[in-house]
Amino acid sequence: MSTPLLTLTDIRKSFGGARALERVALELHPGSVTALLGENGAGKSTLVKILSGVHQPDGGEIRIDGRAIRIADPVAARELGIGVVHQECLAFDNLSVAENLFVNNQPARHGFVNWRELRARASAVLRELDAGFDADLPAARLSIAQKHVVQIARALVHDSRVLILDEPTASLSQRECAELFRIVRSLRDAGRALLFISHKFDEVFEIADRYAVFRDGASVGAGLLADTDRDALIRLMVGRDVGQLFPRGETATGGDELLRVDGLRRAGEFADISFALNRGEILGIYGLVGAGRTELAQVLFGVQPADAGRVTLSPAARAAGIALVPEDRQSQGAVLPFSIAANLALPNLATLAPRGWCDAARETGLAREWIDRLAIRATGPDQVVHSLSGGNQQKVVIAKWLARRPAVLVLDEPTKGIDVGAKAAVHQVTSDYARAGNGVIMISSDLPEILGMSDRVLVMRRGRLRGEFTRDTATPAALLRAASDA
Amino acid sequence: MSAGVLRGFSDTGRRDLAFGVLTLLLFGAVVAVFPGFASPRNVAGLLDDTSILVMLALGQMLVILVRGVDLSVAANLALCGMLAALFNRAYPGAGVLPAVLLAAGAGTLLGACNGLLVWKLRLPPIVVTLGTMSVYRGVIYLLSRGEWVNENEMSREFLAFPRGTFLGLTTLSWLAIVIAALFVVALRRTRVARDLYAAGGNPEAAAYSGIDAGRMQFLAYTICGAIAGLAGCLWVSRFAVAYTDIALGFELQVIAACLIGGVAIAGGVGSAVGVVLGCVFIGIIRSSLPLVGISPFWQMFINGAVILVAVLLSARRREHPRTVLESA
Repeated sequence: MSTPLLTLTDIRKSFGGARALERVALELHPGSVTALLGENGAGKSTLVKILSGVHQPDGGEIRIDGRAIRIADPVAARELGIGVVHQECLAFDNLSVAENLFVNNQPARHGFVNWRELRARASAVLRELDAGFDADLPAARLSIAQKHVVQIARALVHDSRVLILDEPTASLSQRECAELFRIVRSLRDAGRALLFISHKFDEVFEIADRYAVFRDGASVGAGLLADTDRDALIRLMVGRDVGQLFPRGETATGGDELLRVDGLRRAGEFADISFALNRGEILGIYGLVGAGRTELAQVLFGVQPADAGRVTLSPAARAAGIALVPEDRQSQGAVLPFSIAANLALPNLATLAPRGWCDAARETGLAREWIDRLAIRATGPDQVVHSLSGGNQQKVVIAKWLARRPAVLVLDEPTKGIDVGAKAAVHQVTSDYARAGNGVIMISSDLPEILGMSDRVLVMRRGRLRGEFTRDTATPAALLRAASDA
Repeated sequence: MSAGVLRGFSDTGRRDLAFGVLTLLLFGAVVAVFPGFASPRNVAGLLDDTSILVMLALGQMLVILVRGVDLSVAANLALCGMLAALFNRAYPGAGVLPAVLLAAGAGTLLGACNGLLVWKLRLPPIVVTLGTMSVYRGVIYLLSRGEWVNENEMSREFLAFPRGTFLGLTTLSWLAIVIAALFVVALRRTRVARDLYAAGGNPEAAAYSGIDAGRMQFLAYTICGAIAGLAGCLWVSRFAVAYTDIALGFELQVIAACLIGGVAIAGGVGSAVGVVLGCVFIGIIRSSLPLVGISPFWQMFINGAVILVAVLLSARRREHPRTVLESA
């Protein structure tokens, strides 16, 4: 066993009251690729931010070559030899490739940039990586894959011995992946320590030799990939009890069909989506972040047009329509500077103000009714939504649509980032609404939520449906496998 | 890449070249009708008329590069000009240099005020500078009690300063040329300027690279303020009068010059050469319209139309197709 280059022990980190990491440990070895696995929200991103100096851990120890260190800021991370390739591809589109490699670290004398040296070194690194594009090219002209290569080159320019790749393949084609892996292998063979974060097991087994698994912000396993297999890794990622907390009792009996989707497609986002939703049913849609679920919801709701396919509402449901509680409640769900009453009134003005005149009394009355029904914790209908807690904001967004009584309610990550109490309330309301004879489509990345709430689960991966499960066949391992196999 | 003849130029360089050709064509067109327009004296006059705009637009460019805007730049100019005039009236024997330094120093402080409010309190730039614009104008009124400082109250030395000539150009023109040259070199060659471009182009990525985008904003506002202060002293001595409302609304022309010169209002993109060309372009239009017999009121219309065309041309959006979808 080689000695690790980078060692993390007992790393802890909380944001406000929410615990993001607890007792996290990780070892990275020179000449080795370690795969970091975990569900959405397991703490991988927080770890990346700590290693890149953006966040400080609340406790624990980071060692490089056995020496305890502190990563005070991104410059410190760079000087310690830690390079990060971010998932979101943080490139400077307004600068050339060469400049991107040397941002905030240009070769300079007396504050004056030495352009000749900068270009020469940039070209040398790109040649070493066999990148196939020019250092003088504006970064705006690069593809996403090429921008990843720029970030890797950036790490090389700074002579990083530790390289963190945060889901670098999430938006790459197969050929681009192969190209990236070629580079990763050559870096590994040059003795660098790499951390490879991915949801795709076949990639993990192809490129990595070690693994580490996080679950709910804690390390739950690590070792050599040769000593394990995919099913064992999935068990580590999921391994917890599922089910008790949720109000769904009996499975809905097959009601009449409310909604039918046939061959729905939107270029670059999803294709061949067909399913039906019945009265009284909660249909869960599971998938990894970026699988195309939000895009599907937006098309169902009509925010974005479809390129092909049909969405049919049953005649009885047509008048009541479809409502969407969007994923990003702060920018898409609620109008934050408006009061609760004004937010609730927005989609209901046709009934509240049939002749175009707003009636404050009716709006207040409606708000009072929903504040009671959903137990929204507020001083009254006039309280500004901005000043509510996240959970109560979400209740307002749900209430504004429920007040319209839509035949189909689409919820996109309805409990993301809200506290346990509000979460239970949202689950209760959702369940009651379905049981009252309406249809609910619930998109969620939270496995226990999907399993506990849904009568049926569809799994999306890379824009396509990759599985349909009933309450009996939906197990954590089955869903995760369908969502992450490539 | 279809680089062709223009290989070796960046996108911005290519734009500057194209806009330079356009400006020359405009100049040529005016000369074709009025040959006198190309006389050395007229060109020198054109330069002199455009100098203050050039200085202010270069300062403003820095602010726009970091995704801000400085609406208070003309008010800053007027306040510092009044300070210089009052100082000159009180100490006519002190010479020109103390007045220039006083104005530039005061401008630096006023610019730093804007910068601090934007950086430390994270207030939106347009709100901050709209506020300070009024505050600065108000302070002029308080300082001068609403009165004018007239030519006969200024020292002869003070009045002569921007008018002195060297190699056929005025001191004012030379100052603008020197500042423009400094900008061209500094923006291209210094590390701090490259950090400025990075912070404006992608603040989030800049933070991940260890650049404090807020500090860069502070720097931009401070330099912009220093230039406005200097320009205030020059303005007052050139026009030989100081009062509360000098350069009223001039900030809009300054911003227009930046936009015509190819500075992206979204930040991160712009060059000193482009901004100077933008000012020259405005200057040519301004001084040729009376010759052609068109009312100067058309100048605003033409400036506006040029801005819209420039924005339209640079709005060719690059599509970044999302590749979520897996091939079947």
